[in-house]
Amino acid sequence: MSILEILLEPLSYAFMQRAVAVTVIASVVCAVLSCWLVLIGWSLMGDAVSHAVLPGVALAYIVGAPFAIGAVLFGFLAVALIGAVRDTSRVKEDAAIGIVFSTLFALGLVLISVTPSQTDLTHIIFGNLLGLSHGDLIQVVLLGTITFAILIFKRKDFTLYAFDPTHAHAIGLNPRLLGALLLGLLALTSVVALQAVGVVLVVAMLIIPGATAYLLTDRFGRMLVLAPSIAAVCAVVGLYASYYLDAASGGMVVLAQGVAFALVYLFSPRHGLVVTRITAARRRKLAAV
Amino acid sequence: MAAAIDVDAVTVHYGFVLALDQATLRLEKGRICGLVGMNGSGKSTLFKAIMGLVKPDAGIVTIAGQAPAEARRTGAVSYVPQSEDVDWQFPLSVQDVVMMGRYGHMGMSRRTRKADKLAVAEALERVELHDYANRQIGQLSGGQKKRTFVARGIAQEATTLLLDEPFAGVDKRSEATISNLLKELAREGATILVSTHDLQALPDLADEAVLLMRRVLLHGTPGDVLQPDNLALAFGLDVMNRSGATL
Ligand SMILES: Nc1ncnc2c1ncn2[C@@H]1O[C@H](COP(=O)(O)OP(=O)(O)O)[C@@H](O)[C@H]1O
Ligand SMILES: [Mg+2]
Repeated sequence: MSILEILLEPLSYAFMQRAVAVTVIASVVCAVLSCWLVLIGWSLMGDAVSHAVLPGVALAYIVGAPFAIGAVLFGFLAVALIGAVRDTSRVKEDAAIGIVFSTLFALGLVLISVTPSQTDLTHIIFGNLLGLSHGDLIQVVLLGTITFAILIFKRKDFTLYAFDPTHAHAIGLNPRLLGALLLGLLALTSVVALQAVGVVLVVAMLIIPGATAYLLTDRFGRMLVLAPSIAAVCAVVGLYASYYLDAASGGMVVLAQGVAFALVYLFSPRHGLVVTRITAARRRKLAAV
Repeated sequence: MAAAIDVDAVTVHYGFVLALDQATLRLEKGRICGLVGMNGSGKSTLFKAIMGLVKPDAGIVTIAGQAPAEARRTGAVSYVPQSEDVDWQFPLSVQDVVMMGRYGHMGMSRRTRKADKLAVAEALERVELHDYANRQIGQLSGGQKKRTFVARGIAQEATTLLLDEPFAGVDKRSEATISNLLKELAREGATILVSTHDLQALPDLADEAVLLMRRVLLHGTPGDVLQPDNLALAFGLDVMNRSGATL
């Protein structure tokens, strides 16, 4: 088989075309968002919200409402509960996050188990890339485009919020509102991504690309280009690997991102382990002379 | 005419902690006021109250006759944060940070216009950081870091500058550069409130000084406020023995 054949063969199937489209869109939107999440220190929050949307999605399915509404409602509910537990008890934030999101996730699992026609919903947990319908595709494209557009349009405000919320406040912006908007977008993004890799693995796509890009550059503007580019490449590589190895597609995509991070972590020209170690050793040698 | 900064009997609690107790402070336009007090005396809280970042339990703040929210909307207030409140690893350049001073002048998407670029270039020139415009903020000296944030206030065209311990971790030469810059800005009409532990340099920098210990203990010329007995009141007795020392 020639390389071209290897690349083209999977795309001759409609289900693979849809899988590639959905995964690339989801990866790119998640990756853009991840740039702020890793800088604000909201990785755990990403984990929490992406899990906590499950009961919202299940309920939306049961009453026949759009998934996005249920997801955003439960995303905010999770954040509110975490804040309440943290501020009104002696439990620390990480524990509050763990308690709230695992309980909501469990509620989601229970709801799914008692819902007739549960096949559709179990796919939400692990993703069902190869079984995406045309309707799923449209939903992902729609939500993905909206979230992406808002993130890019408001990117400077989000960066200001991440870097210096006090200054944002001082010049008359509303940092609380910006934070809430970012959390709402996080919930929407989770809906987009769970179609591709499932609720359990969404958090990876919300952290890894941003963290990888952060190790590559000192300019936020470049992070915003690098993270989605890396994520898109990983999406395609992961899908092809899953096709030819007949392995879980969501798992493969995230695995590809993990490998990309590992490579950058080791070999990044700026902040990579190898370079910083060599520089440190050289410095020691110079000092010894 | 209304005072440039008017803090009237402001009380702030954090939970059960009383951070400010009926603090009162009036500052006229174009003045530099040094804010002196121990750690935990409420200096940062006073800044936050002026910016409307904490809601006073009692008392009123006005800035040039305006409510704080109004003053913020017009971009009148600029804040230079304490160093430990800044993430110096953040992937932003000096220029990026100074540009953030212009956001209030921009449209919804914060698109940079020519006037913004000009204002940033001028501000960088004034703080003598034009050669460092593209440097990541973590790779600056302590003084350069502070000047970056002062430049942000200049680019913002703020008329009220609040600086929280700008001389901490800054060498003497940079401190002098910053002081001269602040004096220049005050001459141009800016009102400046600056918290500091460098008592020795205060008479040269400030027109007036405030001694804070939850309440405003004293407000007068730096010479008066820095009298050893007054400092003893605010800092405890050991200061008397090393009067003039840097705290
Ligand atoms: N966010 C906060 N939550 C609870 N207590 C606080 C908070 N910020 C400050 N405090 C307390 O309020 C008092 C005044 O603090 P601060 O204004 O930071 O003083 P300073 O800047 O003079 O060191 C201190 O006792 C401090 O512990
Ligand atoms: Mg302080």
